[in-house]
Amino acid sequence: MDIEAPSYKWVGTRPVRPDGIDKVTGRAMFGADFSLPDMLTGKILRSPHPHARLVSIDVSKAAALRGVKAVATAADIPEIPVDNAFVGDAPTNFRHWSSNVLAREKVLYDGHAVAAVAATSPAIADAALALIEVDYEVLPHVIDVKDAMRDDAPVLHDDLFTAGVEPKPDKPSNVAKRVEFTLGNTEAGFAEADVVVERAFRTKAVHQGYIEPHAVIANTAEDGQSQVWCPSQGHFMIRAACAKLLGIEISQFRVFPAEIGGGFGGKINPYLEPVALLLSRKSGRPVKMVMTRAEVFRATGPTSGAALTVKIGALKDGRIAAAEATLTFEAGAFPGSPVGAGCMTGFAPYDITNVKIVGYDVVSNRPKCCAYRAPGAPIAAYGIESVLDEIAQRLDLDPIDFRLKNAAKEGTKAAYGPQFGKIGCIETLTAAKDHPHYGAPLGPNQGRGVAAGFWFNFAGQASAAVNVNEDGTAIVTYGNPDIGGTRASMAQIAAEVLGIDYDKIRPIVADTSSIGFNDITAGSKTTFTAGLAVHEAAKDVVGQLRERAAKMWDISVDAVVWENGVARPASSNAGDFDPLALADIAAMAGKTGGPISGHASLAATGAGPTFAAHICDVEVDQDTGRITVVRYTAVQDAGRAIHPSYVEGQMQGGVVQGIGWALNEEYIYGSDGRLQNPGFLDYRIPVASDLPMIDTVIVEVPNPNHPYGVRGVGEVPIVPPMAAVTNAVASATGVRMTELPMSPPRLLAALENGS
Amino acid sequence: MRYEAPRAIEEAVALLADAEGDAHVLAGGTDLLVLLRAGLVTPALVVDIKHIEEMCEIAQADGGFRIGAAVTGAEFGEHAELKRAWPGVVEAMELVGSTQIQGRATAGGNLCNASPAADCVPAMIAAGATCTIAGPAGRREMAVEDIATGPGETVLGKGEIVVDFLLPPRPPRSADAYLRLIPRTEMDIAVVGAGVNLTLDDDGLCKDARVALCAIAPRVLRVAEVADALIGSAIDDAALELAAAAARAACQPIDDKRGTVEYRTKIAGVLVRRAALIAKQRAGNGS
Repeated sequence: MDIEAPSYKWVGTRPVRPDGIDKVTGRAMFGADFSLPDMLTGKILRSPHPHARLVSIDVSKAAALRGVKAVATAADIPEIPVDNAFVGDAPTNFRHWSSNVLAREKVLYDGHAVAAVAATSPAIADAALALIEVDYEVLPHVIDVKDAMRDDAPVLHDDLFTAGVEPKPDKPSNVAKRVEFTLGNTEAGFAEADVVVERAFRTKAVHQGYIEPHAVIANTAEDGQSQVWCPSQGHFMIRAACAKLLGIEISQFRVFPAEIGGGFGGKINPYLEPVALLLSRKSGRPVKMVMTRAEVFRATGPTSGAALTVKIGALKDGRIAAAEATLTFEAGAFPGSPVGAGCMTGFAPYDITNVKIVGYDVVSNRPKCCAYRAPGAPIAAYGIESVLDEIAQRLDLDPIDFRLKNAAKEGTKAAYGPQFGKIGCIETLTAAKDHPHYGAPLGPNQGRGVAAGFWFNFAGQASAAVNVNEDGTAIVTYGNPDIGGTRASMAQIAAEVLGIDYDKIRPIVADTSSIGFNDITAGSKTTFTAGLAVHEAAKDVVGQLRERAAKMWDISVDAVVWENGVARPASSNAGDFDPLALADIAAMAGKTGGPISGHASLAATGAGPTFAAHICDVEVDQDTGRITVVRYTAVQDAGRAIHPSYVEGQMQGGVVQGIGWALNEEYIYGSDGRLQNPGFLDYRIPVASDLPMIDTVIVEVPNPNHPYGVRGVGEVPIVPPMAAVTNAVASATGVRMTELPMSPPRLLAALENGS
Repeated sequence: MRYEAPRAIEEAVALLADAEGDAHVLAGGTDLLVLLRAGLVTPALVVDIKHIEEMCEIAQADGGFRIGAAVTGAEFGEHAELKRAWPGVVEAMELVGSTQIQGRATAGGNLCNASPAADCVPAMIAAGATCTIAGPAGRREMAVEDIATGPGETVLGKGEIVVDFLLPPRPPRSADAYLRLIPRTEMDIAVVGAGVNLTLDDDGLCKDARVALCAIAPRVLRVAEVADALIGSAIDDAALELAAAAARAACQPIDDKRGTVEYRTKIAGVLVRRAALIAKQRAGNGS
C-alpha cells in the first residue's frame, strides 16, 4: 500500500542550523575553550611499554614540586569488584574502564594512563610527570589478533576465560568471547550451490579521527559539589561514568555539554573526565585537561582490526544458497570489540535461508577499542560484499541485480533473529541501479564497484521540554549533544507541531541538572528518539494551548482545535470566535493558568533499520599502485529526512571515513609494541583534495513507528564504502584486494603478483 | 629560551656564533615549532631571520635568480618569471605542506632541516643551484647538494646560516620538473621524489641533464648516471628505461612506515621517467 507523502511545512526543509554561525565564526565553545579563575593544568603520565607489571609508582618527588597541587594514581579511585562491574543491564564494564582510566597492577598498551598531576602551569605539570618514578616489570606483548589467539601468546588477563563455549575453558586466554548466529543448514545449502567462493580478509585498526581532541574542565567547591564541562556523546553518560568510577553520588555534580568537534563513537566513553574530577576534588581547584593528538591516537578509540573468512554459495539463477562467516575482532586491552554487531549486520541486507556466523572477541596489547560509526558492520560488509561481488562476476550477473534477487524485504527473517517490518532495502538498491552514475562510461584504468550495507539503528531514552515564552516564541530543551545538526531537526519538529515559524524557536542542549535523563548521542538515534520526545512535548504544549483558548472563550476544550499555529472553534456550533495565535495565548498565560510548558520523557522503541547502496568509481595508477576515487554515489533510506542537508552530510561523512579506512588509514606498530604513527601526518585520513564530491540520494521508506517516518541515518553510510572501493579496484585491475588498507605499496605488490 | 629577531645577516651570525647552549634558526617554523611542541628540542636561543630583508626577496641577477633563504613557498608560486624559468623548482616548493603551511614554509628551512625527503631540495640540486653561506669567517658559496650530510645533519658550522639560493642563467630550450609520490594528494611527506632538469638542442635531443632523488637515501642524492642515460638521447622509451634503471640502482632506501625498500626503489624509476617526460615537454614548448 502506497501512502501519499503528507505535506509538511517544516519537516523536509533545509533551514540554517541554530549553531551554524557560531561554528563558522569560531565563537562556539568546544571543550578546550573553557577556562576558570585559578585553573590548574592536568596532565597524564602514560606507559611507554605495551605490557608491563606496575611494581611501584613513586609520586613523592612530583607531589613535592612547587606548583603541583594534586597527584593521582589508581590507588586514589576505588577498585570496582567483578560482581559490581555493570550498572543495570547496560553493557559497559566499569571495572575495565576503571583500569583503563588509570592503570591498576598492569599496563596493557603503549599510552596506557599510569598517573596524573595537576599543577599551576603546563610546564610544571610536565616537570612533575618527569619526576614520577615508575618501576615497570616489562612483560612479553602481543599486538596482532591472530597471534593473540595462539596457545603460547602472552595472556593479558588472568581472569579472562572464553565466554560462549561449553565446557568453560580451564585456563585463561585472550579470547574473551565466542558468539554464533545460525539460520537453516549451511551444509545442505552449500551442497546445492552451483558456485561457492571462500575468501579470507584482514583489516587494520582505524581511529575515528575526530578533529577535536578530548578536553575537560572540572571544578569542585568546598561543599563537594562539582561541575564538569566537556565535549562528549552524552553528558549523562559522563555523569554516570564519573559517579561509578569515583564512587560518588550523581547529585554531587553537574555536567555541561561543550560543543563537540566530532565523536563518531569515540566520545562515548570516559577518559579524562573522571581524572580531572578526581584531581579537582583533591586540589579544590578547577582542573583543565586537553589531550595532545598523540594521546588521542595512543589511548582513545580506535575500532577493531580484524581477520575474517567469508564463504558464500549461490545457484546459477543468482539465489544465495548458503552463507558463512567467521569474524575475529581485536578488542584492544579489554574485552568488548563490536564483533557481535559485525556478525548481526553482515548478511542482514539479504534474505538467505542458510546462514552461520561465528565471532570472536580477542584482547591484545592495543588501546581499548571503542565504538566507531556502525561498530563492526563495515568490517563484516567488507568481506561479505567483496565475496558477493565475486560471485556476481562468476555468474555473469549484474551486481545490483544479484543483490536485488536476494534483497531482504518486509517479512524476511534475519539471521540475527528478528523478522523485518517495513524496510527500504529493495527501494535503495533500485535507486542505485537507476542512478545515471551506474551506467556512465568509465575511462582507462578505471573501475566501478557497488556494495550494500545495513544498520539496526537504536532508540532508547530521551527527555525534552518545550517552553512557550511570553512573546509567542519558544525554547526547545533536550539533552543530547548536537553532533550532526539535531538542534535544527528538533526546532523543525517543534515548529511543525506548534505551527509557528522555525526561527521563532530556539533549541538548546541542556546540562544534566536541567532536563531529565537522556541516553547517548549514538546509534543513529537522536533525531529519532529525542525527536519523539520533542514531538510529545510540543503536543503537550498544543494541549495546553487548546485548554487556554477554551478558557479564554469559555467553551469546552473538546470544542477547540489547533491548526496552522492558531486555536479555532472546532465548528460553528462551538461559537463564533476569532482565531487565537500562539502569541495571543502566550501573552495571557499568567491569567489563564500560568506558564505554558510541555514535557516528555520516554523510552522509545521501533527504530527502523536502514539500508545503503553505494557506487564507487576508482582510477588506478598501475605503475605506483595509487588509487584515486573519481566518482562516488551513496544511496540510503532515511525513512523521512527531517533536514535533508544534514542527512546528506551524514552520508558524505560516512563515505569519506570509509574511503579512508579502505585506502590509507591504519595503526602501525613496531616490533617493540609502540604505535609508530600517532599523528595525522602518518595516520592518513583523506584530505579534501583526495576526494570527489560525494553524490547522495535519499530514499524515503517511512518508518511506521515514528510520526514522521524517521529512521536513523548517521551510521549506515560507513558500512558499504570499504567493499565498494575494493570492488571498484577489482573491476579496474582484475585484482581482488583482501587486505586493508589498499595503500600504494600493497596494491602495487598485488598487481605485480596478479593475485 | 631567548628569542632574537635581527635585521641584518651579520647580526644573526654574531648571535648564533656567540650562543651558549642549543641555538636554532627560525625561518617559517614549520619544522622547528613542531619539534619544540613535541619536546624534542629545547633551544637556549632562537634567531628569527624573517626580519632580514636580504633573506626575504627574490631578485633576478646575472641572468639567473637570487632567492632569499626565508622566501616562502607561496612567494615562489606567485613569482611569474621564476615560475616560467624554473617550473620544477617552484612546483617542488609548492608541494611542501598545505596551503596554510605554504605561507610560512621556506626553501632555506627545507634545506637546513636536512630531511632525506625534503621536496624543494632535489629540484634545487637538479637546477644546479648554489647557496651563499654566511658565517663568522665571512661568506662562501656552496652547491646545494653538498649542504646536507645525513638526516638532520649539515655542513654548517657554528654561527653559519644559509642566506640565499642562486639559480643559474637558463640556456634556451631548458626546463625542469619535480614529481613526488605520496599516498594522499597533499599534507604528506614524499615516499620518493624526483627532480629532473633538461636542456634540449635544436634537434630536440637532450644536450644537458641533471637529476636528483629524495627519500631514497640518508640525504637527497644527485644521480649522474640517470642524467647520463638521458644526455644525447631523444628522451625516448629506451633512454627513459635506462634512466629509470639507473635511478633504481642509485637507491639506498630504508623500510619505514612511509614505504618499503622495494616500493621506493620501483617508484624512483617511475618518477624519473615521468618527470623527464614533463621536463622534455616543457623544454620543447618553451623554445
